[in-house]
Amino acid sequence: MTSPSIPGLRAEFGPAVERVLVSCGDTIVYVTRDRSHDVLAWLKDAPGHQFNYLTDVTAVEYRDSELPLEVVYQLRSLSRKADIRVKVALDKRAPLQVRSVVDLWRGADWLEREVYDLFGITFTGHPDLRRILMWETYAEGYPLRKDFPLRGHFSRAEQTRQALAANPEAHYSLEELSIAEAFDELPPDMRQRLARGERGYLK
Amino acid sequence: MSLRTVEMALATPGVDRDGNASRVPLGVGGYDEDFGAEHMLVNIGPQHPATHGVLRLVIELEGETVKRCIPHVGYLHSGFEKLGEYRHYNQIIPLTDRTDYLSPMANNVCLALAVEKLMALEVTERCEVLRVIACEMSRIISHLVWLGTTGIDLGAFTPFLWSFQERERIYNLQESWTGARLTTSLTRVGGMMADIPEGWEAGLRDFTRTFPDTLKEVDTMFTRNAIWIGRTQGVGALTADEAINYSLSGPMLRASGVDYDVRKDRPYLGYESYDFDVPIGEHGDIYDRYRIRLEEMWQSNRILEQALDRLQGLKGAPINVDDPRVILPPKSRAMSDMEAMIFHFKQVMEGVKPPAGEAYMGIENPKGELGYYFVSDGTAKPVRWRIRPPSFLNLASLPRMCEGALLSDVIAINASVDIVMGEVDR
Repeated sequence: MTSPSIPGLRAEFGPAVERVLVSCGDTIVYVTRDRSHDVLAWLKDAPGHQFNYLTDVTAVEYRDSELPLEVVYQLRSLSRKADIRVKVALDKRAPLQVRSVVDLWRGADWLEREVYDLFGITFTGHPDLRRILMWETYAEGYPLRKDFPLRGHFSRAEQTRQALAANPEAHYSLEELSIAEAFDELPPDMRQRLARGERGYLK
Repeated sequence: MSLRTVEMALATPGVDRDGNASRVPLGVGGYDEDFGAEHMLVNIGPQHPATHGVLRLVIELEGETVKRCIPHVGYLHSGFEKLGEYRHYNQIIPLTDRTDYLSPMANNVCLALAVEKLMALEVTERCEVLRVIACEMSRIISHLVWLGTTGIDLGAFTPFLWSFQERERIYNLQESWTGARLTTSLTRVGGMMADIPEGWEAGLRDFTRTFPDTLKEVDTMFTRNAIWIGRTQGVGALTADEAINYSLSGPMLRASGVDYDVRKDRPYLGYESYDFDVPIGEHGDIYDRYRIRLEEMWQSNRILEQALDRLQGLKGAPINVDDPRVILPPKSRAMSDMEAMIFHFKQVMEGVKPPAGEAYMGIENPKGELGYYFVSDGTAKPVRWRIRPPSFLNLASLPRMCEGALLSDVIAINASVDIVMGEVDR
């Protein structure tokens, strides 16, 4: 049984709704990348739909490298006790970009940062898109991508060398230091290193 | 104390620049007109007991008021989701023990339910009752840790000892059932790792009978305690709209007045047939979160009693589904029967193979809604295993709750979120 929201969605967005399928009782809607934000905003507020709760944002990459990456939004209507899963397929040959939904749900803030961190998908319009689980200077790539080996791209020796060379002083971001006006009080050499964007690893 | 007495108490006699006698505020030599105009940066953690794990907070202070709080997470990142892509479905169960390590049995149950949803399997009645017992025992021990540590954060040491004493009793039951205190790995796809041992019900029955005494003691100690009320009421409050907008779940969401409990709204394991209430808060502050967690322990105790009654009528009933694709044959048959041996071999070497498709299964964990999202391509290892971590999403609202609070309230607010860094960082 597909979700009762599908006819309304098709009438409102027409060809932007690419595909609808059901898996294990859950309705999945594929929408185009250009209209994803509009579709999600409509689902959130349209009377009779009101998917006001964002359960989860994540991404899926399939083992078949020809298949596109998918950004997955799990939506729920708390009042109607209904769920819907919205997916946006991203062609790997084009830049991996999709509109951020932080303006609709503040809860998407960290979820989108995590998808960016682990999959390398950019959310345009996100107020603070930086790595969250990995550290900001992490240079090995995006861990949940299928071309990322389980042990990482760098050798164990290189990983150890970088960990030992890390500079604990540089664990504050420039932004954090500037808000507290503490930046000016740092020793000049550290100020220069931070200004160069050098943050705890050897070049 | 009137303003005048404060001046008297905090000032010492001194001499100003012109040699006249004056009063100098105590401890502030050469009083600076600009004092307090600059913002101060305070770093808390990652090694700090009040952050409940390896959480790091960078806090911008104006005087003692928090202007901005920037949490840094990821110090305990273990890559569980990536590891899961290299394992059979049953081999993922030990990974779930280690995410929310304060309620390992509930995580095990969620994983089994997610794979069963993917395979459209229905478990036996006895298995369902045992899983309900596992979930509710987890809820009690997780809330007890929350209660004890939050009490310590706010200066009350004794309830910590009471709650850990009760928690120990559940841990002993957990140990005699699963063989482990923490890494329980209790469930399997289609059933359970083990049935409860002989006479185990009596131990749990004893617990459910005496546990309310401890709850009453905690209630007497905290609920109308002036210090507790002063530190918690009106602190870190979120409105219902904000709580929904931040995707909060569990006690955090319900404290803000949103009536949403996965057990009631999308029942699993037959929760609709148990008689229990879901407490709803009103103000969304730390005090309401405390009241809700306390009440949830009472309700969990009620559910445990009902489940024990049901278990009596299911003596000797099977705990595993009768399906050789997912359940190992008994060892004695595998050693004597050719067909059973083949199933045993295929099960161990190849693993459970759900059909291609995807499933999201959310359950009401102590911290909130825990969801496991599996994408399968028909092989024995998932294409994607996503954990929807309740503590991660609840913690994301911390900067909002800390805005304008005092530095000492940050500790209380952070404690009220009930985070487990193993789950936040995964």
